[in-house]
Amino acid sequence: MSTAPPTLVRIHHVTKTFQRGAEEIHVLTDLELEVREAEFLALMGPSGSGKSTLLNLIGGLDRPTAGTVQIGQDRVDQLSDRELAAWRARHIGFVFQFYNLLPALTAERNVELPLLLTHLNKAGRRQHVKAALEAVGLSNRSKHYPRTLSGGEQQRVGIARAIVTDPTVLLCDEPTGDLDRKSGDEVLALLQILNQQHGKTIIMVTHDPHASARASRTVYLDKGQLSDKPAE
Amino acid sequence: MKFFPLVWAGLKRKKLRTVLTFLSIFVAFLLFAFLGAIKEALGGGVSMAGLDRLIVRHKVSLIQTLPESYKARIQGVAGVAAVSHQTWFGGIYQDPKNFFPNMPVEPELFLAMFPEFLVKDAEKQAWLNTRTGAIVGRTTADRFEWKIGDRIPLQAPIWGPPAGQTQWEFEIVGIYDGAKKGTDTSQFFFRYDYFEEARQREKGQVGWYTVRIANPDQAAAVAAKIDEEFANSPYETKTEPEGAFAQGFAQQIGDIASIVMAVVGAVFFTILLVAGNTMAQSVRERTEELGVLKALGFSNFLVLVLVLLESCSIAILGGCGGLGTAWLVISSGNPVPGLLPVFYLPADSLVAGVLLAVALGLVAGVLPAWQAMRLRIAEALRRGG
Repeated sequence: MSTAPPTLVRIHHVTKTFQRGAEEIHVLTDLELEVREAEFLALMGPSGSGKSTLLNLIGGLDRPTAGTVQIGQDRVDQLSDRELAAWRARHIGFVFQFYNLLPALTAERNVELPLLLTHLNKAGRRQHVKAALEAVGLSNRSKHYPRTLSGGEQQRVGIARAIVTDPTVLLCDEPTGDLDRKSGDEVLALLQILNQQHGKTIIMVTHDPHASARASRTVYLDKGQLSDKPAE
Repeated sequence: MKFFPLVWAGLKRKKLRTVLTFLSIFVAFLLFAFLGAIKEALGGGVSMAGLDRLIVRHKVSLIQTLPESYKARIQGVAGVAAVSHQTWFGGIYQDPKNFFPNMPVEPELFLAMFPEFLVKDAEKQAWLNTRTGAIVGRTTADRFEWKIGDRIPLQAPIWGPPAGQTQWEFEIVGIYDGAKKGTDTSQFFFRYDYFEEARQREKGQVGWYTVRIANPDQAAAVAAKIDEEFANSPYETKTEPEGAFAQGFAQQIGDIASIVMAVVGAVFFTILLVAGNTMAQSVRERTEELGVLKALGFSNFLVLVLVLLESCSIAILGGCGGLGTAWLVISSGNPVPGLLPVFYLPADSLVAGVLLAVALGLVAGVLPAWQAMRLRIAEALRRGG
């Protein structure tokens, strides 16, 4: 009898409210979500439904107005700014829709960025960068600047940067949103490999049912509430 | 050190803007160094002045002369250790453009009074043995390629020619060097006894006295006593420390230090605005990138330091580049030896320049760095997206 993997991400009674002038905007309301280790979760929903806000809360980029966010043993909502920065460096890998590579750095220098926050020496960092670029199939493009890479290649560099520190969770915000179908498929295949072969926990925000089909589970967010089925 | 590529990447992101900012800072510090050298040249007498020396001059003005007979009376004032006099000769060598200070002095007393003028013993002896002998500073000797034994003709519009001659003529018997870097080695000194005998007017009059006092702490009291000695006489005196005298001399063409500081201040303020604006613009353009760095785990403080490092790097590169270039140019020689007796970049100006470059980097970068530090990640990424 196989036991289910333990829960890694616990979102409990989370509410997020933004203030716009005198108006209060309730983006997330009393939200509950659990993600198990090595799960590939797709988070879908219409624009403005709060998907990215939820991802930001899980990644420690923002704080909930109420409720708790726990990743592993860490209560993310209770960490100070400084502790959060160190926690992100250790536990979170981000993949952004528009890649967000630094244009003045080569692919390998971009991938090296999170490693600058570790105690690795230059040789150690180089070894990790090489392994990450190999994992995304771009070892031959390591010296290239982002402007000389295609969109798909840039996103793969972005994924290499996200996995280079071997983070606990990979958070992907519309990773195929700016790519053509072929490049998008390549990126999704790569994420699937990271999940299935390397056991990486992935939470992916997407609009695209084709992308969510690659995930092991899909949840839908609408009007600040989560459900297992899309809203009618 | 491992963050250097990140700082460098920020600088080369907009190469043209970085180069133009670098050049503006470079030029500002080049100007700073040249103004520092000119300020030192014009006011150098003040810093080189002896603390134990007083200058006694006519109370009305420096160009009024004093009787030579005052020497003995000054010598008699309590606290005075030695007295020597000098007189402005204003001799012209070939052309008024070839200006250098020239004065008749009493060789032995003069050299004892001014130990910063270094003359070899044999040359000093030759000067004592040669009535028309003169010693000249290394700068002027090099400038006109004079050597020992050369005979130098000078026109003297103030004093006229010596009796029976059309011009004054002196024989170079020695070339003096300066004991310190800022010592004026552009001057030309000849013997007062020859001058006194040959001049046809104002015999028995000298320009001013230099007085060595036994105790520098008593300078004010001794100066007051000397002036009291000659009060209510036809030649009342004004006695002041040599530094104040040199400063008064320099101030005849304006308050140089104030002018220099005003110019440097205006230039620096402008450069500060330019550099500050550049850094602020650079940070604004990179809001999204800074947001990404923070998302990756860079702390607020680290982002602040990186922006400040970027700002300081360009300020220090530009500043040290300007200072270094100025130092090379200034060290290669005095472009106007007739106008500026000494011309060098003082070490304290160099140090002040480097400190100013660091300060410029910090001041220009502090506001953008503060903004970068306070940047909210989600907001920064939203703006980028």
